[in-house]
Amino acid sequence: MFFNIPQYSFYTMATVVGLLVLATVVRLYLKNKYPATDYTELRQRIQSWWVMIGLLFVVLTVSKTAAVVFFGFLSFLALKEFLSIVPTRLTDRKVIFWAYLSIPFQYYWVSAGWYGMFIIFIPVYVFLFLPMCMVLKGDTKGFIRSAGIIHWATMLTVFSISHIAFLLMLPVKNELAGFVGPVLFLLFMTQFNDVCQYVWGKLLGKHKIIPKVSPNKTWEGFLGGLVTITICAGLVAPLLTPLSNLQGLMAGALIGASGFIGDVVISSVKRDLDIKDSGNFIPGHGGILDRLDSLTYTAPLFFHFLYYTYY
Amino acid sequence: MKILFFALIVKPVVLIVLGINLRNREKLPMSGPAIIVANHNSHLDTLVLMSLYPLSMIHKVRPVAAADYFLGNGGFLAWLSLVCIGIIGMDRSGKSGKEGLFKGCHQALDNNDILILFPEGSRGKPEEMSALKKGVYFIVKDRPHIPVTPVMMHGLGRSLPKGEVLLVPFNCDVVVGNSVPVTDNSSSYVDAISEQFKQLSQYCLTKSDTAEESL
Repeated sequence: MFFNIPQYSFYTMATVVGLLVLATVVRLYLKNKYPATDYTELRQRIQSWWVMIGLLFVVLTVSKTAAVVFFGFLSFLALKEFLSIVPTRLTDRKVIFWAYLSIPFQYYWVSAGWYGMFIIFIPVYVFLFLPMCMVLKGDTKGFIRSAGIIHWATMLTVFSISHIAFLLMLPVKNELAGFVGPVLFLLFMTQFNDVCQYVWGKLLGKHKIIPKVSPNKTWEGFLGGLVTITICAGLVAPLLTPLSNLQGLMAGALIGASGFIGDVVISSVKRDLDIKDSGNFIPGHGGILDRLDSLTYTAPLFFHFLYYTYY
Repeated sequence: MKILFFALIVKPVVLIVLGINLRNREKLPMSGPAIIVANHNSHLDTLVLMSLYPLSMIHKVRPVAAADYFLGNGGFLAWLSLVCIGIIGMDRSGKSGKEGLFKGCHQALDNNDILILFPEGSRGKPEEMSALKKGVYFIVKDRPHIPVTPVMMHGLGRSLPKGEVLLVPFNCDVVVGNSVPVTDNSSSYVDAISEQFKQLSQYCLTKSDTAEESL
């Protein structure tokens, strides 16, 4: 135990920091070897990783509440980014304000550990409430589209992302991992999946998977990432979660496949709007949505897999 | 007072509640005398533009604003405008003639300040451009060496449009353009500036229905 972090979670965090150090060293080596090449984007990317991972580890170490607030804030930034890039009507301003207000409520249910309310609040109450506000405003032109956009955005950025936070509240079943174990597992596997799909795609990529949405995505990248993550998850799951090796393999396959879907769903949104990044909040990565895209799918799916098998 | 106001209120609000997609920061003039011309949709425009500057420079950045609206009734608004933001009042009534009208602006420029002008004159309808007024030409025509940098903003009209009190968080785009050199008459100069605005608006990430219709 270090800083009150259970053993295996601490090792995981140390490994991640180790990988970051490695990435930084490789970058500095590249910069020295090829001084002529411009590595600005790589540098920004790695620096942003340092900041994001640093922040995450600090809040996870401080307390559960700090971590819940942190994920709530991420939801806010993601929802704001989403609603800023899609067309909205001026008459929807108040409705959007209510949609933002759903964030403190949703994360309050999380921090209270009130599973029943957490799971129905947005799909039932917010879902019914927002169109009611829109009706009271009385602007029917573009009503259907607006109702769809606002609720979909809230589901993706608030409901989905809040599942990460609820993982923290589940009773600890693996003492050596503690309450942060499953969160680290989910975040690490999801982001590692993005990296693996990218690397396999660069190495072997030939057959495009959905050229209309994302020309860089290939079958080789997708399957390479899926296999890598499935194996990694099978090995790591018993350390960080209550899952067995076999269940870990299943969780890995689930994360690998759904992470890809989450990624291309947000890509389609951006393609529809003719933009490349959803913002420039994170230097080198684009917007916050560009980073959370896979998580909007992997978080709820992994959560319910774990919840169904063990709770 | 101005520094406190920006450090404690404006910068945090702009950073957390709004969020800016800033393009071409390097083109923003960092020393006076200089003029920024921007489109105007919201009271937030001025605050967002000023928040781009470091606190040590905030006192050099002076928005030009209508004296009748901001200073007319005295009281809180006038105090806020003069003490916290440091506006240069512009008399819109037409009593003071051309020379008197721009006197404050010229003084500020001679003092190496950075002026913020909204040539649309008024916030108008949210997220729509109205015709540009020609005042900016009369400010720079005798000072051709002063750079006039156009800045296009988009999205703030959704956060806080004219006549609304509720501020709703949205990201906004701030796109800085190349400075527009002075031409020989006021209408061609205004045309050059609006052409720049049109080009800059292509780089905006945020969208709204009204923008879609006008494109």
